[in-house]
Amino acid sequence: MSFQGAKNYQNAVILSDVKKSFDGTEFVLKGIDLKIPKGSLTSIIGFSGTGKSVMLKHILGLYKPTSGKVEVLGIDLNSMDEDTLTKFRCNYGVLFQSAALFDDMTVLENVCFPLDEHRRELSKDKVIQIALEKLKMVGLDPKHNNKLPSQISGGMQKRTGLARALALDPEILIYDEPTTGLDPILTEMVDDLIVTTHKARPGTTSVMVSHDLHAAFRIADFVVMLDAGRVLLSGTPDDFYKSDIELVRRFVDKGIKH
Amino acid sequence: MSEVVKDNSKLANNPLILGLTSFIQEIGLMALFATQSMRLLFAKPYRYSEVIKHIEFIGNQSVGIISLTSMFTGLALSFQVYLGFKLVNAVDLVGPTVALGITRELGPVLTGLIVAARAGGAMAARLGTMRVNEQMDALDVMGVNTKQYLIAPRLIAAVFCMPLLTALFDFMAMFGSWFLCTQLVGIDHAVFMSKIRDTVEIHHINEGLIKSAIFGFMFAVICTYKGFNTSGGAKGVGEATNRGVVISMVSIIVLDYFLMNLIRIYYLMVGISR
Repeated sequence: MSFQGAKNYQNAVILSDVKKSFDGTEFVLKGIDLKIPKGSLTSIIGFSGTGKSVMLKHILGLYKPTSGKVEVLGIDLNSMDEDTLTKFRCNYGVLFQSAALFDDMTVLENVCFPLDEHRRELSKDKVIQIALEKLKMVGLDPKHNNKLPSQISGGMQKRTGLARALALDPEILIYDEPTTGLDPILTEMVDDLIVTTHKARPGTTSVMVSHDLHAAFRIADFVVMLDAGRVLLSGTPDDFYKSDIELVRRFVDKGIKH
Repeated sequence: MSEVVKDNSKLANNPLILGLTSFIQEIGLMALFATQSMRLLFAKPYRYSEVIKHIEFIGNQSVGIISLTSMFTGLALSFQVYLGFKLVNAVDLVGPTVALGITRELGPVLTGLIVAARAGGAMAARLGTMRVNEQMDALDVMGVNTKQYLIAPRLIAAVFCMPLLTALFDFMAMFGSWFLCTQLVGIDHAVFMSKIRDTVEIHHINEGLIKSAIFGFMFAVICTYKGFNTSGGAKGVGEATNRGVVISMVSIIVLDYFLMNLIRIYYLMVGISR
């Protein structure tokens, strides 16, 4: 049984003055204020080392802020104990950079895993049926269902990872650098997959952390740019195109040229 | 006053003090890690199938290597003891001497070393790979408690399997000893068996089995801790595996000495003379 969020909320994620320091002296996040609207596709961009991954881990509740508040689905993550937070994480679906499939399980078993863990009331047949639907949704040929992750291509692994992320019908889908290291054709395929999945699931909030500026401006409803542990600019892609901030201009030019 | 502060600061930066502090800290973290994991073993959802899977890996898959190594250990040890005892015309005592050595010391220690190298190394490597490939992060964000799912079943499987494997080691080593003594060097079968029956008591066997369960718990904690806290890609996995196995092996040998003395003290307290 998944732990549900609050009933009424407009923003799926709210970060209020979130600061994070690992050693007590140097701050990786220096006061992040951010709202991610419910149902939007938001892309978080920024140079390496600006705190994107650390911020993502705060949204996932894997890190606790040194100060500030992280609200997800209307609930303050700091107010939860570890067990409650573990259950609450059923509201997330995450596609990792490496897909992070369990290498001793087949494609189908990987997608069944979250269902086996959290929907114990379902029969085995029903679990398999749901998993097959999710695999179909992400366009994976059923002939690969019984293969191990090492026996399928990188693109297929991403599709499987996305199917697994979708298995529990999460409220928030998070893509952690989904196209890093992929060739241009595969990158476009993954981008299209993200858009298709987002459109097919109205109400689901998608958050994508990416270095791929082209994709960020092409597919996202909102873009958030981080710099040195702070939000430099957040808004629609149009806001970025119109911005006079020099760093943003440099980023936008790069994004358009590529 | 300032000289005292300077002396304290010198002491704090002493490599020996730093090493000792870090060692104690590591032991504390491992104890905490083991306690947290074991506590989760009794929390829902129960992971019986995972425990069975790891019993199969640690136990069943070690049967071959334990049988082979133990038989040759029994053969080699018996031959050396035979050569020594022949000088003092006491070859009848080869059987009981080997039996006591095997059941109390060599059985649990060698089984611990072999299983730590085989299964412990595999545990550290597997968990380390899961860590660097983000599979553990995937479990975390799927709402699965990684310590409950990955660590607790391995610990309980190691504790369960080690006494069984040690019993197998004892049996196969004594078979090797019997074969050498009765078939190769001509000690009478009845003498060999009766001397062992007269000398070896059930508490000698239990002593080894209890020690082996402790060794199993210890190498499983060390190797899973090292694997669980891996960082730094493939190099990190290699280092975690190497450290896990080396620390486990050294710890088994060192701990064996202290356990031996503790058991001696216990025997004295309850009135067991040997």
